[in-house]
Amino acid sequence: MKNSFSLIVDANLKNEAFIRNSLASFILPLNPTVAELNDIKTAVSEAITNCIVHGYNGGQGKIYIDCSEEDSFVEIIIKDHGVGIDNIKKAREPFFTTKASEERSGMGFTLMETFMDSLDVLNAENGGVIVKMTKQIHG
Amino acid sequence: MEIKYRTSNNVLTAKLFGDLDEYSAEYVRMSLDKVLADLNFVKNAVVVLDFSNVTFMDSTGIGVLLARYKKFNQKNISIQIYNPPAQIDRIMKMAGIYSLMPLTGK
Repeated sequence: MKNSFSLIVDANLKNEAFIRNSLASFILPLNPTVAELNDIKTAVSEAITNCIVHGYNGGQGKIYIDCSEEDSFVEIIIKDHGVGIDNIKKAREPFFTTKASEERSGMGFTLMETFMDSLDVLNAENGGVIVKMTKQIHG
Repeated sequence: MEIKYRTSNNVLTAKLFGDLDEYSAEYVRMSLDKVLADLNFVKNAVVVLDFSNVTFMDSTGIGVLLARYKKFNQKNISIQIYNPPAQIDRIMKMAGIYSLMPLTGK
């Protein structure tokens, strides 16, 4: 049976640990391996950092997280109403960053792609970015 | 995040405790850069970053490390990475960190 939860949180760096640990708590009953759990925590942290640092550029806003699970197949959707991404293809290239001066590595999307089974990134019609990630938990 | 420092001759060990993410990054930057200023007059200085007790790190940590490498390298201070947990080790390898800051202790 499908199971899901949603969170709406302020785009505040303080919430990063709360969000990734909430996701981890939701997934824990599926008996993931430590690596699977860490993969999801890392991917989620990357997406949330993008919302705060790029989407809202450090300003105020909300982040919307929808997570569902069915037969240990986990789907995570993270949305913001920020500025969006000019060139998604470019943004997904390893080491590409628009904020090199702020010591950014440009590895965010690469890590999401590597640690999850699938990653979709799109600009929302009403502004902002939608990131959808899935992962099958094998345990 | 908390960092504890220990000095032995020319080697300074910085032991990191907790999560290294966007929230804690600024503290890590400031703390390590303060060390850099203190090490200015130490000959052949080596900084060992002990990751044994780092509970989480994402790509923000990679950005922090690469920028510290650049700053420290300019002063001829080398950095070594000690004993990162498996997930952090994977991220370090993906970013090619060990070619700049060698892995020790594993």
